[in-house]
Amino acid sequence: MVHTGVSNGFRLEVMEATPGGEALRTCLQCGTCGGSCPSSADMDHTPREIFAMIDAGMRDEVLRSNTPWYCVACYYCMTRCPKEIPITDLMYTLKRMSVRARLFDDSDAPDFSESFIGYVENYGRSFEFGLATRYHLTHKPLKAVGSGGLALQMIGKSRLSLRPTRIRQMDQLKAILAKAKTLEGV
Amino acid sequence: MDYGYYPGCSMSHSARPYDVSTQAVAAAFDMHLHEIDDWNCCGATEYISLNKPAAYALVGRNLALAAQQDGNHQVVAPCSACYLNLRKANHYMEEYPKLAEMTNTALAAGGLHYDPGTLRIRHLLDVIYTDVGIEAIEARVSKPLTGLKIAPYYGCLIVRPNLGEEFDDSEQPTKLDELLTALGAEVVDFPLKAACCGGHMTQISADTAFSMMRRLLLSASDNGADMIVTICPMCQLNLDAYQGQVNRHFRADFNLPVLFFTQMIGLAIGLPPGSLGIGQEIVSAEAALAKIGTEPEKKPARKPRGRKRDKSIPMPRMESEVTHG
Repeated sequence: MVHTGVSNGFRLEVMEATPGGEALRTCLQCGTCGGSCPSSADMDHTPREIFAMIDAGMRDEVLRSNTPWYCVACYYCMTRCPKEIPITDLMYTLKRMSVRARLFDDSDAPDFSESFIGYVENYGRSFEFGLATRYHLTHKPLKAVGSGGLALQMIGKSRLSLRPTRIRQMDQLKAILAKAKTLEGV
Repeated sequence: MDYGYYPGCSMSHSARPYDVSTQAVAAAFDMHLHEIDDWNCCGATEYISLNKPAAYALVGRNLALAAQQDGNHQVVAPCSACYLNLRKANHYMEEYPKLAEMTNTALAAGGLHYDPGTLRIRHLLDVIYTDVGIEAIEARVSKPLTGLKIAPYYGCLIVRPNLGEEFDDSEQPTKLDELLTALGAEVVDFPLKAACCGGHMTQISADTAFSMMRRLLLSASDNGADMIVTICPMCQLNLDAYQGQVNRHFRADFNLPVLFFTQMIGLAIGLPPGSLGIGQEIVSAEAALAKIGTEPEKKPARKPRGRKRDKSIPMPRMESEVTHG
């Protein structure tokens, strides 16, 4: 990339938080990522633009962008990138940084992740029914009515459990996750 | 053939038909799947969006438990998202020692440790295709899927990202095509076979997910498919359970059943549909499966409720209510 040359703490932070993130330095701005992305039409900046913005040190604009939240993690961009930049992993890093900086306005996507993880941290397993009800009733109460029909169909087909499963050694998992949360910034 | 087995959360919930058909097929081909004792969720795409050390520690616990328990050091995952998370943590920990150190520091709090690269993580399709082998499967086919047109759907995470030791092509994979052909099915051209189903977007931005699903359903039906067959619980859930909503959203009339590849293997080797979770799909596969002469087992009709112990005043009854004998 034609780098701005400005010493850029933001870019460093993004790269360091991403396994293999240093490859971001080699971005050619070719746009293969955005061209391969099935949801780029919904993004306010394509991945290529986001990388240029990171290079320009536009921290707030990047962390406010909906781009990482529209990433569906299909890994097409990452597989096709001629410089082997771990683009999907960079998108995850931007999500984490954005949540910490509280810069992304729309709370739907981060809250969905929070709800999902809430069950994992307490039971060790995910819980589709609890997730759907908890998240939908807080975020999309009107749509929850529509989803209710689908939930009933799924229950009728024995594909939705009404009770979560808890792993046996929940204390062990809790200790591991508590320790993990004390480690490293992002 | 012995393997460590990581079913993942969806197998006991929305992907129950995948679970029962996997067990049935494994038993038929002498594959011993030893479930990892006390495994936990892989974190899907959610934990890594919030906390990296916790996300790797969550997956790390599964790897550590599997390495302790699995004699063969091979772990099979039927779910593509679980497959990716286990495989990626295994690979990244090996490639980035700092990440391995961080993950092991967290695991130590629970008395666990994992040496990256100890395990080989494999997808169920890979194990069935490679280890059981197409020829062995073909030799067992007693009810070929002749006349059934199938769109083989791989989705993303079984073929991407490239982390070395790839099982199939990341853009145009063919292994599932070969397997279905060996079962006697006609595999239709399906250019979007490795495109994304929308993943968790149905919950966050349904419009985004619906348009991705519409493209897939359109491509499969334009190419004449009677059904879609997939290898991933998320892909199956999205295309099956949300097909009605996609139809309403786009005023479309797709009617494409979406089954798991293990269900198709089971049918072709003559296992009864009921033992394969056939009938648990939201978009019924009944009409499509009738093409190969498979009829879902009918549930025995419910006996009319008797009124023997009814002590109320005798009342006239409708003809249909009268029980015989």
